[in-house]
Amino acid sequence: MHQIWLIPAFPLIGCILNGLFGKFFGKRFVSFVGPLAVGFAFLHSLVLFFTMLNTKGHALHETLYTWMETGSLHLSMGFQVDQLSGLFLLIITGVGFLIHVYSIGYMHEEEGYYRYFSYLNLFVFFMLLLVLGDNFMVLFVGWEGVGLCSYLLIGYYFEKKSAADACKKAFIVNRIGDFGFLSAAMLIFITFGTLSFDRVNEAAPDLLVPGGILATLITLFLFLGATGKSAQIPLYVWLPDAMEGPTPVSALIHAATMVTSGLYMLARLSHLFVLAPATMNLIAIIGALTALMAATIAITQTDIKRVLAYSTVSQLGYMFLAMGVGAFGVGIFHVMTHAFFKALLFLCSGAVIHSLHHEQDMQKMGGLKNKLPVTYLTMLIGTIAIAGIPPFAGFFSKDEILWKTWSASHPILWLMGFLTAILTSFYMFRLIFLTFHGESRVDPHTAKHIHESPVSMLAPLAVLAVLSIFGGFFGVPHVLHFLPNGIELYFEGFYAEVPVGHGSVIAEIVLMVMSVAAALIPVWIAWKLYAGNLDQVNKWKAQFKIPYALSWNKYYIDEIYDAAIIQPMKKCSTIVLWKWIDVGIIDRIVHLSGDLARVSGGMLRGLQNGILQQYALIFAMGTVGILWYLFFLPY
Amino acid sequence: MKKIFLHWGIISGITMFFIMITSVCTAETNLVTLPASPGVGFPILSLMVFSPLLGLLFACLLRNGHGERSAGVATLLSSFVTFALGIYLLLQFDLNHYGFQFVEQVPWIDIFGIQYYLGIDGISLVLVLVAILILPSALAATWSTKEKSWQFQVQTMLLQIGILGSFMALDAILFYTFFEIMLVPLYFMIGIWGGHNRIYATTKFFIYTVFGSLLLLASIIYTGILYHETFGVWSFSIIDWYDLPIPASTQMWLFAGFCLAFAIKAPMFPFHTWLPDAHYEAPTLGSVELAAMLLKLGPYGIIRFVIPLFPDAAHVYVPILIIFGLIGITYGGLVAMVQQKLKKLIAYSSVAHMGYIIIGVFVFNMQGLAGGLIQMINHALVTGALFLCVGMLYQRTKTQEIVDYGGVAHSMPIFACFFLFFSLASIGLPGLNGFVGELMIMLGAARMNIFYAIAAAFGVVIAAVYMLWMYQRVIFGPIKNDMVRNLKDLNLREQLVLIPLAVFTLVLGVYPQPFFDHVNTTLEGYLKQFNAEEFQQQHKFDLAAYWSLKQDK
Repeated sequence: MHQIWLIPAFPLIGCILNGLFGKFFGKRFVSFVGPLAVGFAFLHSLVLFFTMLNTKGHALHETLYTWMETGSLHLSMGFQVDQLSGLFLLIITGVGFLIHVYSIGYMHEEEGYYRYFSYLNLFVFFMLLLVLGDNFMVLFVGWEGVGLCSYLLIGYYFEKKSAADACKKAFIVNRIGDFGFLSAAMLIFITFGTLSFDRVNEAAPDLLVPGGILATLITLFLFLGATGKSAQIPLYVWLPDAMEGPTPVSALIHAATMVTSGLYMLARLSHLFVLAPATMNLIAIIGALTALMAATIAITQTDIKRVLAYSTVSQLGYMFLAMGVGAFGVGIFHVMTHAFFKALLFLCSGAVIHSLHHEQDMQKMGGLKNKLPVTYLTMLIGTIAIAGIPPFAGFFSKDEILWKTWSASHPILWLMGFLTAILTSFYMFRLIFLTFHGESRVDPHTAKHIHESPVSMLAPLAVLAVLSIFGGFFGVPHVLHFLPNGIELYFEGFYAEVPVGHGSVIAEIVLMVMSVAAALIPVWIAWKLYAGNLDQVNKWKAQFKIPYALSWNKYYIDEIYDAAIIQPMKKCSTIVLWKWIDVGIIDRIVHLSGDLARVSGGMLRGLQNGILQQYALIFAMGTVGILWYLFFLPY
Repeated sequence: MKKIFLHWGIISGITMFFIMITSVCTAETNLVTLPASPGVGFPILSLMVFSPLLGLLFACLLRNGHGERSAGVATLLSSFVTFALGIYLLLQFDLNHYGFQFVEQVPWIDIFGIQYYLGIDGISLVLVLVAILILPSALAATWSTKEKSWQFQVQTMLLQIGILGSFMALDAILFYTFFEIMLVPLYFMIGIWGGHNRIYATTKFFIYTVFGSLLLLASIIYTGILYHETFGVWSFSIIDWYDLPIPASTQMWLFAGFCLAFAIKAPMFPFHTWLPDAHYEAPTLGSVELAAMLLKLGPYGIIRFVIPLFPDAAHVYVPILIIFGLIGITYGGLVAMVQQKLKKLIAYSSVAHMGYIIIGVFVFNMQGLAGGLIQMINHALVTGALFLCVGMLYQRTKTQEIVDYGGVAHSMPIFACFFLFFSLASIGLPGLNGFVGELMIMLGAARMNIFYAIAAAFGVVIAAVYMLWMYQRVIFGPIKNDMVRNLKDLNLREQLVLIPLAVFTLVLGVYPQPFFDHVNTTLEGYLKQFNAEEFQQQHKFDLAAYWSLKQDK
């Protein structure tokens, strides 16, 4: 066998070792065990990845043990490595390893160092379970498990109220998605009689009517699950708040891996999704809307991590757009390139924050490029990659998504994607110019202590920067037909086929030129606005008060949710359910029965008054009554 | 006044058992083991049921002059004896045997065919095992509480006898006896060692349950008479009753009588309002036993009596009961969310959890029933552990108000870990036991009607809300006050109590198959007994068929 179980086992062991003994063995032990556990998992993943490639078209399967078996239900702890999970394995363990190494430097002064690494290892363990599982429920263990780790890591600074609020919010919002996932799983169980991915994908075309209500309902519930984990409208609200966690956590969980699990699930069940065109359309629309909306929020935020958070939401929207138009492989391709450059960007922002002693406000940065040259360079690479400037990684995947959207004849969605691309380039370069260019607005006290980060932090940046530059060559556009499109070959025959119209070569070239322009022009605008003094920006802020306020306050979505859902729910529970039904009605009936006994007892007590004459009277009446009953009633 | 109550309780309890034991010993026939059922050659079930008497007697004997702890040592040791017997029972249990095992059958009140009749199957076995695990944990956890006196110890032992007896009794009258015995010690536990409003709580608890019990007694007697009328002989044996044909109209009444008693015990919405008060006022051990074991008698009674005896009536009542279960899940969760006292919050969460179990029991398929059963175990372990946690906190702070806490993680990190662990198990995190039960129940419910399952699934969202919100307010955040700052973390004893519970919680979540192996055979036989498959078909809401009518296939 291939011992697939070893991959998640390594980080689990790391988690247990660090969690139980890390406190006593000290930081050196912890910083040894934590990254190493993930490193081993990465090596084993590499081995299995190439084994899988060699047995082309045959996924590696392994069943560890029977998990639950009763009646017609059979669930086992089964793992599988195929094209999709193989790619995710490499991303998770590879990027995960780099972020573990980075964390050694970043978290060095933290008191809960061992706790942090233990959680981080646990996260990798659950994430690996998620992508390795060969049935819905193993995936769901990972699915909720990563949610738990996200909860623990967002709440790492639990003494801060904002962090405690954010972690709770993340978990609960994710739970709403989980409700969707569970409902879908139950529908699948009663329709297919099994929860194994392979058999569901296989039987889907036979058992479900294409476009039928059942197929639509199942996929809608699944998509609800995906919106929770992958932060799409309407459940995206937790992700920006999740930035309360330490920055490497944001890089690993809230950019590179966990938030892509919704997309993973969609891709895994592509054969199911293509049977529900209505859902596919909804996915594309939600994706495009999310991408555009998050981008419009990102352009006004001043917290460096929040900009990146909204950027992540926006990029995830792109991926959903790709999935929605049936380009599953392209969506996953963007997952990969995004993992590289977004992890890089987060880690760079972490390096900045680290050097500035936990200052996250870009209004208090500026002019850092000379003091932090390596960070500057790597972050610039990441920014170029995400903006979609060729030949960096982001260009290839983003361009492919826009092209697929266009050729699937969704011109409006394409336009939204195109606008998002412009905004992306703008807010990312705004971030770069505000942080590294212009005059220093750093607090003078902090300014003295600015220093470049240690090697353990810079090395991962360098690796990720290289990947962000070259990672895109796996999927070169069709017009460059002399190069093989690696992604397409890799996923050949894996996804369900979607009839997609093929646009002309000319159109592809035109669109490509347009998206390059959409990436480059905003750079110049951002340079004009943010690289020098900020007078022009402030003037515009005053001029466009309402749009600015909307964007700055995130369209008041949090406030709306609070007023429309949370407060009414609390009030209804307190006033109606608890005080009225519980105490007012049910308890009153109970008390009434007590009172009844007391009152009736009180009335009967009147008879026991000790007056003999009265007793005799009652006695006589009773006798008469019985006699009457015996002799007269029968007739 | 206090003493009179106390001594009355002890004396009556002891007398009751004395009578029972003499009746067993002087019976004309000796203990008979049925030939078909596996056994061990000695009356292991009786030994288990009455082994707490050991602790009870020693606690009485040692009450003076041997220090405060001696009674506690006696009861703890005796609970270990019960535990050891239980492990032996588990090892001897025959997985593939379909009926009752270790049967002990002796005439008791011969004139009415009432027997001292004990026996267990897979369903009883798992509940008995939890009962013997929870009691030593609770005793050890409440070791240093001030209320702990020999009188209190005596009550716990009586309670344990009642619990074990109820799960093993196969004679309806015997079951009723054990069922009622439990009320007495709990009445005293809450009424004497409870909080400020204890008299109200204990009276409410007592009246509620006695109301149900009397209906139960009447129904049992009526069924007995019915048996006599049909077959000409008296019998109160449940196994004999299973063969009794009851006219459908009579079933409706009997079903209502039995079911109401068990619904109050469970408690099922809308008969739940005694629970929060009783939990809130009860001492820690009382809360734990109440949540972990007493509530389980509701669903257990339904499984053992109500469904197999009155299948035709169940047929009619099932949709209503499931709806009540669903209301319980949502309602319990929402009300739990806005509670301001820790124990009340957990009490309302119990209402929600019991809603799941009710649903599982009434969907008539393997998944639902097995899920309901494992959820009973889960609830016992997890809610029991949560009450222990709250008790440990309360013992240090003497306050239940959530607003008095905040930032407990700073002063009690180990406690925070355990509390989080059990909270997560309670909200059904996959990998822990709560998930296994909830998933099974939901899959079972989905096979009957997908809308039941979807409504039940929404409960998981609410569970996360109330549990995590409570956890955040108590554990996270800045240190609220000096009281929190000066808290001492869990000591070794307290950790040793929680670790086994945590291990079971984890193992049942990661590898629950051994549990299912122990109950599968029993449940299959059980479901065949009243044609559950056919039964379910009639109630089934066929989604695909329903929708394919509306679309051109």
